[in-house]
Amino acid sequence: MMTIFGYPAPLLYGQILLGLINGAFYAMLSLGLAVIFGMLNIINFAHGALFMMGAFCSWMLLNYVGIGYFWSLLLAPLIIGAFGIVLEKTIISRLYKLDHLYGLLLTFGLALVIEGLFRNAYGSSGMPYRIPDALQGATNLGFMYMPNYRGWVVIAAAVVCFSTWALIEKTSLGATLRAATENAPLVQAFGVNVPRLITLTYGGGVALAAFAGVLAAPIYSVNPNMGTNFINTAFAVVVIGGMGSIMGSIVTGFALGVIEGMTKVFWPQASATVVFLVMVIILLTRPRGLFGKAA
Amino acid sequence: MFGFTRAQSIAFVVMLALIVICPFVLYPVFLMRVLCMALFACAFNLMLGYVGLLSFGHAAYFGMGSYVAAWTMKFWHLDASLSIILAGLTGAFLGLCLGYLAIRRSGIYFAMITLALAQMIYFFCLEAPFTGGEDGIQQVPRGKMLGFIDLSNDMTMYWVVAAIFLGGFLLIHRIIHSPFGQVLKGIRENEPRTTSLGYRTDDYKLIAFVLSCGLAGVAGGTKALVFGIATLTDVNYPMSGEVVLMTLLGGLGTVFGPVAGSAILMTMENYLAEFGAWVTVTQGVIFMVCVLAFRRGVVGEIANLLRWKL
Amino acid sequence: MTLSRRQVLTAAATLPALAATVPARAQTPTLKIGVLNDQSGPYTNTGGKTSVICAQQALEDFGVSSKGMNVEVIAADHQNKPDLAVSIVRQWFDRDGVDMLLDVPTSSVALAVQSVAREKNKVYLNSGAATSDLTGEACSPNFIHWTYDTYMLAKSTGAAMVKAGGDSWYFLTADYAFGKKLQFDTTALVQASGGKVNGSSAYPFPGTTDFSSFLLQAQASRAKVLGLANAGADTVNSIKQAAEFGVNNSMKLAALLMFITDVHALGLATAQGLNLTESFYWDLNDRTRAFTNRVKAKTPNNWPNMVHAGCYSATLHYLKVAHDMGVAEAKKSGVETVARMKKMPVEDDCFGKTTIREDGRNLTPAYLFEVKKPSESKGPWDYFKLVASTPGDQAYRPMSEGHCPFIKS
Repeated sequence: MMTIFGYPAPLLYGQILLGLINGAFYAMLSLGLAVIFGMLNIINFAHGALFMMGAFCSWMLLNYVGIGYFWSLLLAPLIIGAFGIVLEKTIISRLYKLDHLYGLLLTFGLALVIEGLFRNAYGSSGMPYRIPDALQGATNLGFMYMPNYRGWVVIAAAVVCFSTWALIEKTSLGATLRAATENAPLVQAFGVNVPRLITLTYGGGVALAAFAGVLAAPIYSVNPNMGTNFINTAFAVVVIGGMGSIMGSIVTGFALGVIEGMTKVFWPQASATVVFLVMVIILLTRPRGLFGKAA
Repeated sequence: MFGFTRAQSIAFVVMLALIVICPFVLYPVFLMRVLCMALFACAFNLMLGYVGLLSFGHAAYFGMGSYVAAWTMKFWHLDASLSIILAGLTGAFLGLCLGYLAIRRSGIYFAMITLALAQMIYFFCLEAPFTGGEDGIQQVPRGKMLGFIDLSNDMTMYWVVAAIFLGGFLLIHRIIHSPFGQVLKGIRENEPRTTSLGYRTDDYKLIAFVLSCGLAGVAGGTKALVFGIATLTDVNYPMSGEVVLMTLLGGLGTVFGPVAGSAILMTMENYLAEFGAWVTVTQGVIFMVCVLAFRRGVVGEIANLLRWKL
Repeated sequence: MTLSRRQVLTAAATLPALAATVPARAQTPTLKIGVLNDQSGPYTNTGGKTSVICAQQALEDFGVSSKGMNVEVIAADHQNKPDLAVSIVRQWFDRDGVDMLLDVPTSSVALAVQSVAREKNKVYLNSGAATSDLTGEACSPNFIHWTYDTYMLAKSTGAAMVKAGGDSWYFLTADYAFGKKLQFDTTALVQASGGKVNGSSAYPFPGTTDFSSFLLQAQASRAKVLGLANAGADTVNSIKQAAEFGVNNSMKLAALLMFITDVHALGLATAQGLNLTESFYWDLNDRTRAFTNRVKAKTPNNWPNMVHAGCYSATLHYLKVAHDMGVAEAKKSGVETVARMKKMPVEDDCFGKTTIREDGRNLTPAYLFEVKKPSESKGPWDYFKLVASTPGDQAYRPMSEGHCPFIKS
């Protein structure tokens, strides 16, 4: 068997693949964060909690209403996105006039409330969510057995991420959004309903998080703490990618997932810290992030 | 006295009276926790209330101070005072290293970076052998303070902790009411103008950060000695969130705000402890209410009503 | 400043009135039992509310009211956090008058409260935690380790796997006191039986729900056995994911610590064929069936496993001794009460007759079970068939090897 640096090659390929899967979640979550930050200038700390709500929503749809996985992929983002819109209209819009820090604090508090409520109702140990039958089983890739479901996750995430990027960067709706961030009064003068645009953007970012949650449910077992495990890394990804840069978050998310996976082979104890190490290096050498615009 | 205004002097005496009386009525170990957290919150308030920078990962310094004190007490059998001083120095040094990276940015970026750096410290603590990982450092002896004060008695320990708290509190107040403190306030109000006056604002911010982290380390070290244990809870971000909440609830930029916030929050947690996750929910609700409607905090509102400066 | 001086004087004047807080108790002393365990995390079903119910069952079976004893059972959730547990236990001992601490799963927590219980001289009966250090280097004269430990599990499950041909191991370990000790004890046993350990992965506990990367490393190690040095929801998740990644095509899974409650969560389809060790099974004999019939109505979704049975047994024995000594005497010194508990022979419906060793180890028998196939199961919770049993005096580490500081050998 071929070895690279003394480690069996199949193990390395396997870890890269797993890294891509993790990276998919980082990419989707930081994408939502970047979209919301880029458009609204709000650090949405509640993002992890909304991700968790997406997972719980799909679980509830299955166990209470009998709706399966593929419909949940569509419904959960819509439901949680609607919840996000309600949040934005009632609470978050009040913060636009205040210092940005209050946005951080408010969404932090919101995250605590959501996670606490779910922990009360469902405990911390997690509810099982079965992999849908169509995606069961594994494919023998030679160097590892890849569970079909995990391959699906990578593909679905990539599709959604790049679609979002295309929507924002390449369509006229996206252009209007970007213009509204730069100069809201001027865009409003053109007759565009900017507040509604902002509300929908927040809803969209939340829907992305919920979609990621549905994808995560069969792998990570639906539990109230699943958001917190990802959110801190997602923040690091956003900082590295460049706060507000959409492509930056996507690319950095996947890349960091792979880096983390490789670290698990060579230096497992550092695997959780490596993302932050990269962040420190970026901060020292290129503070605006890899793809960010100069502050 | 210490640069207190008349209103503040009254408040200080009230606080002193409460510190003296409460251990006879309430559970001393609980009060010691309140005092440690109050010191932590006051140190944090130095950054947020007076310099205007939200450090969202302050638990890293608190927790590392806690680990260092626990380690030196358990394995090196140092005097308690030395352990706590070492804890403070650790916090300060860590603050210097991380602050140097973080100070380059401000506002939201500063908060994000401090959070991510603190998470790095958390994962380091999770893996490093000396912290004991999930077990933490357990069975930490209280030892002796200054060679002769035996700290194993809860009441003796309480008076020592109260002394440490008051010392830290007055130190912070002295820092604020000094020319150095005035520059800090200038930075908070209008940094470009302060720079144009010739002050190297980055240096001032860094020094304030180091002082704040050092005192957080002292608070952490003291807490480790009181409870005889240092665990990952002390470095994790919910602890960072708690100190923000205490300061916000008590009143940003007021001298007594963090103390009041600490007392209120710890009491609430004590009562709700049997109800598990309701503590988290209540904390979250208080956060949201404070940000939306109660930005001055308890002490801030009182000060506003009475037109005093607290 | 006159205002503030007046304030201080007034405060001082009220001091004597406040100081007279707790009047001396003249009524019958109450024995207070505190059940401390995980009620919301990965070990909720392993211990949780069912432990409290079993403790209360012991009160009922002993007949505390008819014997004129005042006994109270309280409970708290330690959330697997050692510092929170220390805080709760301190308050229980200092303010709430708790005399006996029960259950306390999660080895890091169990070790943390050991010193507090010793400092306050209270009785500490641990049913839920696993580390054999509790009767080894961390032993204490007011402590009894009731139900099982890592050595007993390693000897029973580990030895059986090695005998069946599993002579190379890879460990998936929960990175805290319990996981590490379980790995340590099992490694010693595997090596003593002529096997070897190819490697291990330690994962952060609690909080890890995705074991995929560690499972890959296990497969790459080419070991014959995957030793799961974890418990509760972690074991359930690692077994499910091992099936997902096809690990059981090339390795046998050894669930070093698994309870019937975990098998229930997995389902027989996934769990069939697994070997595990428990010191209690509800369907083992008539007495265990009788006990289970008494409690199962109160906890219909979570039938008792060995931890729950241990809580029952420990409480029952404690009550017997407390009644014998008199409640007031029993409250005075944990060391004295535990010494009496060690002298009095233990007998109950759950474990039959057992002895408590001088180092605090209760010598329960070790039963090796195999999980039935779905077709073999005839009713609810009918999950196990008995493969082998080790009597209590042979199942545990010999006292001489424990290095317990207060045992003079």
